[in-house]
Amino acid sequence: MLQLILNGLITGSIIALGAIGLSMIYDILGLVNFAHGDFMTFGGYLTFFISLTFLRPISFIPLTYDLLLSAILAIIGVGLFSILLDKIIWKKLRKKGAGTVTLLITAIGIALALRNGIVFIWGSGTISLGIPISQAIEIFGLKITFFEIISILVAITLMLLLDFLLKNTKIGKAMRALSDNQSLASITGINVDKIISYTWFLGGAYAATGGILYGLITSFRPDMGWILLLPIFAAVILGSIGNVYGAMVGGLIIGLAQETSLVFIGSRYKIAVSFLLLIIVLLVKPEGIFGGK
Amino acid sequence: MMNEILRAKNVFSGYTDLNILEGVSIEVEREEIVSIIGPNGAGKSTLLKTIFGLLETRKGKIYLRNEEISNLKPNEIVKKGMGYVPQSKNIFPSLTVEENLEMGSYIDESGFEESKQEVLSIFPDLKDKVSAKTGDLSGGQQQMVAMGRALILDPDVILLDEPSAGLSPELVNVVFEKIKEINKAGMSILVVEQNARKILKVCDRGYVLEMGENRLKGTGKELLNNKKVEELYLGG
Repeated sequence: MLQLILNGLITGSIIALGAIGLSMIYDILGLVNFAHGDFMTFGGYLTFFISLTFLRPISFIPLTYDLLLSAILAIIGVGLFSILLDKIIWKKLRKKGAGTVTLLITAIGIALALRNGIVFIWGSGTISLGIPISQAIEIFGLKITFFEIISILVAITLMLLLDFLLKNTKIGKAMRALSDNQSLASITGINVDKIISYTWFLGGAYAATGGILYGLITSFRPDMGWILLLPIFAAVILGSIGNVYGAMVGGLIIGLAQETSLVFIGSRYKIAVSFLLLIIVLLVKPEGIFGGK
Repeated sequence: MMNEILRAKNVFSGYTDLNILEGVSIEVEREEIVSIIGPNGAGKSTLLKTIFGLLETRKGKIYLRNEEISNLKPNEIVKKGMGYVPQSKNIFPSLTVEENLEMGSYIDESGFEESKQEVLSIFPDLKDKVSAKTGDLSGGQQQMVAMGRALILDPDVILLDEPSAGLSPELVNVVFEKIKEINKAGMSILVVEQNARKILKVCDRGYVLEMGENRLKGTGKELLNNKKVEELYLGG
């Protein structure tokens, strides 16, 4: 059981990283970004592309640094890509006063375009970063691999960083102000467009980080982000949609629930636990466990 | 006019294709309190929103210190020395009082601590609430936070949209006292108010708007004693 809880924390950390970005973007823009899971996939594939195309040919760079550098560049890349999409699509739709359905269909369109673009370039099968399989180490009888340890540490660090950013920096406070009242934020002199760009960057970067980590502990597949999207939605709704801290906790709860459910059900059904939790939350406490901001 | 700080000249504006303002003109001089009164739908709040760049100036011009500011973005107008307190939703409820004030100094953080102390000296009720979530404060305290936020950059002119709306009679008096206090500190104030009798007693000059047009203007005293104003807006 303890092993399942540990596995739950690993899965939950990755779900939480995806849920944070999704929740932030919904909170500030009212947009349910169905492409968020594919941002995660894109992060993984961009790492693969940068590593194998640019860094691997430089033989003196050790594999660990190669991976780290590729991942950082990919995270920045997805962050910038998110800003670009905002500038060329979302901003225009906002200005035209596009409704929820239009935004939703656009997000699904972007998700499909991104996923099929990945399939077109890199194929529909799994890809390999050519990393030797890491042996699980045993800590107090619990088995964990190097990348799983990294996943938990990175996720915790990024959650703490986000908390620091939101509470202690000018940009973070402006993001919270925007989430409270966008029109008032503009009145006080906050450059709303700039803060929206920062939000997209952070959301994209956190999604990419989650995608890279997920790929490293499982495998890189074009549909990996799409598969993660349901548990991410469940986490966001469970933790109260629009509440970043709720998304973090929601992610961990969903991860734990999925993995510990293996005591009772087969692994192929564990994703259904997200569905079940989502339905229960919507029926019992539709505003989520944190009940708002 | 030498002392003039704000001027709206023949301004047309509105929310939809229809104009709400149909050629309104107003002037505010330095260190003056100028009120705008009129019935619902007269265009009072629309005028403030247009001056502050929240609505498009379709025709006419707006000047701040003789510099044209028509159709500038609100954040650019803040930089030029104007503050605005909307009638409703004028605070960030999930932010603390201190963070709300910080947002007021977003475009220029230098001297924030000093300005914060000045604002807290005007609104001493907020002194022990700086770390409280603004959404948890009373209506009167929230209004003070909203005004404090607009004052933090020490603007030359501040626009107040119905500062007494929704407040108890006791708190209304407090808010009007604060308006006088802020004005005495050297700030020009353009205020839209439903409570016409009270604001006309406080203001130097006033304008009466009706159907998006100027109807009357005069000193607060003149308007207070005007038969038509008395009949229509002061309850006869």
